[in-house]
Amino acid sequence: MAERFGVLALQGAVPEHLRALAAAGVEAVPVKWPADLEGLRGLVLPGGESTTIGDLMQHYGFIEAIQRFVQEGGACYGTCAGAILLATEIVGGKPNQPRLGIIPMTVQRNGFGRQVESAEVPLAMPVLGPEPVHTVFIRAPYIAEVGPGVEVLAEHQGKIVAARYGRHLVTAFHPELTEDRRIHKLFVEMAFGAVSA
Amino acid sequence: MAEQGTWKVKVGLAEMLKGGVIMDVVTAEQAVIAEKAGAVAVMALERVPADIRANGGVARMSDPKLIKEIMAAVTIPVMAKCRIGHFVEAQILESLGADYIDESEVLTPADEEYHVEKHQFKVPFVCGARNLGEALRRIGEGAAMIRTKGEPGTGNVVEAVRHMRQINADIRRVKNAPDEELMTIAKELGAPYELVKDVKRLGRLPVPNFSAGGIATPADAALMIQLGAEAIFVGSGIFKSGDPAKRARAIVLAAAHYNDPKQLAEVSEDLGEPMVGINIDTLREEEKMATRGW
Repeated sequence: MAERFGVLALQGAVPEHLRALAAAGVEAVPVKWPADLEGLRGLVLPGGESTTIGDLMQHYGFIEAIQRFVQEGGACYGTCAGAILLATEIVGGKPNQPRLGIIPMTVQRNGFGRQVESAEVPLAMPVLGPEPVHTVFIRAPYIAEVGPGVEVLAEHQGKIVAARYGRHLVTAFHPELTEDRRIHKLFVEMAFGAVSA
Repeated sequence: MAEQGTWKVKVGLAEMLKGGVIMDVVTAEQAVIAEKAGAVAVMALERVPADIRANGGVARMSDPKLIKEIMAAVTIPVMAKCRIGHFVEAQILESLGADYIDESEVLTPADEEYHVEKHQFKVPFVCGARNLGEALRRIGEGAAMIRTKGEPGTGNVVEAVRHMRQINADIRRVKNAPDEELMTIAKELGAPYELVKDVKRLGRLPVPNFSAGGIATPADAALMIQLGAEAIFVGSGIFKSGDPAKRARAIVLAAAHYNDPKQLAEVSEDLGEPMVGINIDTLREEEKMATRGW
């Protein structure tokens, strides 16, 4: 059984996720080429610029490679830009923005506005227990619509900002920028199938 | 309660730009080309540094109309420059919704003694630096991102390399110094003591460290990243070259695979004419932009 986790390392906040995964108790490696997906249990699609990461994914053959990784049982966790890339529909993207289409949902890019609207928010996320999560939203998207099988995990200002779909997880915010490791631990559990949606 | 404009969200946006390329653009059309090529952000300017050099005169903040047009044309973050010390230009840029303000030596300084107090703004700031002392003074004033100054508008990477090596050398010195030497080092660097302690603890700057000033080729971009830059600003290097779209794309790909010479060779092929470039030692002292700010 594959035990390792990877962080897609084309652009964005990669080291923060590698540290967060290590703190959640798993081995984590940067993924620079499709071949690096070999032997991974889970893949984090980090925050960054979704248009840039999407282009680079397309250029280096990651779209098909990650779709195949998922078909073979791999789990994905997307934060912010990563959540956009996992969606089937993107609103407010650039024309023909590449995406993986793994989670049936519509994501609104820059849903809360420009950088001056970016904020730190204490967020209720019952799946993690009663203690709210301290979250960081940066030019964050929100999930405008979810398809069948997608479970909403948290809302902010009436918008969906965290969800799971089977063993896949998305958050519009950045747990990797805080010291709270509950979300990375949740993803690790989901990837190993300990939590079923 | 949601809290906006915090240090974490300011530095957070800089973290999200890591591994990326931020491109200078002077029109909405150029901004679209940059976005299409894979830029993580654009810097909205009236003139690129090479033209500021060529035209002379006072270089100021861009026309708000231009910044608004560029913000409307692209979905990626839009940065804009204010003059060193010109806090009113900064207030205007913040009100326009710029995502980052570059308090930049590329424009003519408005204050020869004092920089903008940047903590009081909700919008994050990036500032240039040539050494650790300068970087920590800017961070002390509230800059959430540092970039090496290099020598803008020259297409010559030599100054960016010098500044990155200097910052790296200064950081190594702090890292290896025993605690009792840190106050004296802070005095010598002209840097806030608390930030010097942070550098020792972290072994790096307390905010992301990018590179700017003279980057013109994919190899230049990869060189700066291998030297420790976490992302790249390209000013005149793209839109002053023969084939801007192709060069922009090549620099984005070089930033993604900066330590893979085979990839770098591939993306460097057949890019057309680079910008002509200037030898730094042909510049008179007063023509150098890097020496602006303290």
